[in-house]
Amino acid sequence: MQRERMSAARKLACVVVVAVCAVSLGANWLAPAGYAKQFREAPSAPPSRQHLLGTDEVGRDRFARVLYGTRISLLLAPAAALVSTGLAALVGGLAGYLGGIWLRLARGFTDLFLSLPWLFLLITVRALLPLNVSPLVSVLITFLILGLLGWAASARVLSTSADALRNSDFVLQARASGLHGPRLFLVHVLPNLKPVLYAQFWISIPVFILSEANLGILGLGVAEPLPSWGSLLRELEGLISFREEPWRLMPLLLLIVVMTSFQMLLSNEEVTA
Amino acid sequence: MTGRRALLRFLFCFALVCFAITSTAAFSQSGGELRFCLRSEPKTFDPLLVDDDSSLSIRYLTGGVLVRANRKTQDLEPELAESWKVSKDGKQITFKLRHGITFSDGSPFFSEDVAFTMQRLMDPALHSSTGDAFRSGSGAVTTKIIAPDQIAITFAAPLAGLERLFDQVAVMSAHSPKKEAAVLGPFLVAEYKAGSSVLLRRNPNYWKKDSQGHRLPYLDSIRLDIQSNRDVEMLRFKRGELDLINILDSDYFDRLAASSPGLAHDAGASLDSDFMWFNQVASAPIPEYKRAWFRSANFRRAISQAINREDLSRVVFNGHAQPAVGPVSPANKFWFNSNLKAEPYRPDSALKRLQADGFHLQNGSLFDKSGNAVEFSIVTNAGSKPRERMAVMVQADLGKLGIKVNVVTLDFPSLIERISQKFNYEAAMLGFRNVDLDPNGQMNIWLSSAENHAWNPQQKSPETVWEAEIDRLMRAQASTADPKKRKESFDRVQEIAAEQVPFIYLVNQNALSAVSSAVEGANPGILSPQTFWNAERLTLNASTRASR
Repeated sequence: MQRERMSAARKLACVVVVAVCAVSLGANWLAPAGYAKQFREAPSAPPSRQHLLGTDEVGRDRFARVLYGTRISLLLAPAAALVSTGLAALVGGLAGYLGGIWLRLARGFTDLFLSLPWLFLLITVRALLPLNVSPLVSVLITFLILGLLGWAASARVLSTSADALRNSDFVLQARASGLHGPRLFLVHVLPNLKPVLYAQFWISIPVFILSEANLGILGLGVAEPLPSWGSLLRELEGLISFREEPWRLMPLLLLIVVMTSFQMLLSNEEVTA
Repeated sequence: MTGRRALLRFLFCFALVCFAITSTAAFSQSGGELRFCLRSEPKTFDPLLVDDDSSLSIRYLTGGVLVRANRKTQDLEPELAESWKVSKDGKQITFKLRHGITFSDGSPFFSEDVAFTMQRLMDPALHSSTGDAFRSGSGAVTTKIIAPDQIAITFAAPLAGLERLFDQVAVMSAHSPKKEAAVLGPFLVAEYKAGSSVLLRRNPNYWKKDSQGHRLPYLDSIRLDIQSNRDVEMLRFKRGELDLINILDSDYFDRLAASSPGLAHDAGASLDSDFMWFNQVASAPIPEYKRAWFRSANFRRAISQAINREDLSRVVFNGHAQPAVGPVSPANKFWFNSNLKAEPYRPDSALKRLQADGFHLQNGSLFDKSGNAVEFSIVTNAGSKPRERMAVMVQADLGKLGIKVNVVTLDFPSLIERISQKFNYEAAMLGFRNVDLDPNGQMNIWLSSAENHAWNPQQKSPETVWEAEIDRLMRAQASTADPKKRKESFDRVQEIAAEQVPFIYLVNQNALSAVSSAVEGANPGILSPQTFWNAERLTLNASTRASR
């Protein structure tokens, strides 16, 4: 019964993810207007037949912006998570597998990386980038930066797991059987790190989406008028108006539903990891 | 007799008790900590280098000035100077100083301190925007100490409205080892946590007393939290964690007015304006063809005509603003040039102007005569929702002309560094918080040599004919005491500004503010600082004092 219930939940999650992806990909046909079109006669309008989720402060259709924003975030946040998890696997996984001085060096390096004042470094990065970049390039740069900088915490977790695997019975047995080097890592260690890698990957996605929203403050986020979940979540800074305008919570609700669905897609082993 | 004595004793005791009660009541008026937000990190605590809003607020609260313009009546009132006299030729001002005043660190205040302050202020190496307002002609400013309580300051050329300019000059100590930390204002900087807060404490040596003879200020301290997020600021105000919001966004004003009408104050059209401008600095790291666009008055005028100011006022400010005409708000009734009108929204006319300059449309995009696509970025400060929204609306308006605009929001220090030091930007959108009705207050903007001549600052000599003409007119109006002549000169400056459009003025916001019911004595006005201009006389009610 337990297996059946879990299976049903995973099916439901799969349906949700596929539906959200399909709807966002069909934004060109489903959205009543472009994401940048301003209906200036109706700013901050409540939901209506014309604007299903109302309009934002400058009169842009919120439903259209959610659809286009979902497309961008669902494509780029996982891509950034893939980059960061890959780097984490490389640094943390290898260090844990090699152990000894390599492990100590990698942990020292990740600790140093985690302790850097990222806010100031990002301001410096912003200063190095040109101002005149198109919104599309800005979104790519943003998620690339997130992917390149977000690996350290995951690397720490992975190094611990790989370290534990290095001394496990089956790895010792494999070594005794004459398996060494990269083959031992690829055949026995990496597959057993998979649940941890998946977990780190899924955890990174909402973190990157929220980070992208925060980066907007430094001029590094997704540039106007392009929407993303991060920029839509920035609208929620007006906490006072929640009771008056509950439909503004839709991007947050969507984020929660999609992230929960992603988590439910994980297998039991991955969840335990 | 015994009864009479007893009655006298009773009356004496009663009088004593009454005195004690009234004294306690008066004492209870003192104390408490006022709390409000600064919206950016103060750039400096040096009162002579101030040119940002946060530093301006701190200077207002801590700096002692010789004369102060009353923010409500707009009259000039004596402060550290008990009297002053301007010479007939308008070149010299003589101050008679108050006696027995000391700086917050205990060092005495004499005319030597005023001389030191003026010499430092006018030092060209300091690059003080406050000092720019005093530069009426070429030549040095000299100070002559007549007596320890009397000083004469002589300028190279006559300065109109001279005494009013001293409202911005916080006197520094010539000898105190604490330098700018030694102040003459009602409060002193007690603690500064970078990125977090500035704590001001009552200056124990502040000279002013109220009509009852109690030493001012009433407040013990003022906590200024550095908070650029206006949503958080409003939330904290509603929770009672903050007492004032000096400048309120229109959407929050409407909400607050709906829920707590007594706390929201609309003082009417303010002197402040929001505007954008293009970078015209010769050494700026921007492509030469873009510099040519930005230096073309036709291009700037076309951009101005393509912006729908009525929509900006209505959509972004919910009607609590009006389309801006020029450097003077219509609220400034004397100095505003009533012959000028706000640039109407005329995209067709804008396109014709651009076509006259060789620009052409191709597949919906605008190109210049050399075939370069017209694209530029507008930088503005992050955290200011109205400005971010205005930038997005300008982006859409210009998009209709085939111009691609990239909106970039930056943290305030980075923005200031770009627009005032590195000049690494193309267009910027900001606002000026005018603190003075007199055009002399804008000398630091309009003189081509000024620090705040935003589109092309610190020119050694005017680079264009019209800038030379503005220099001449601004100096002329500053050099005569005749209000009619001054008005004529400054009216012409406003006309040139409308023709050449170095600043594209967008809107004049209304002066909207919020004052908690915990604050007593507040009287918000249109002049900055709107809510705490009388900070030394503000008090908190008993329940708030008890809870903090």
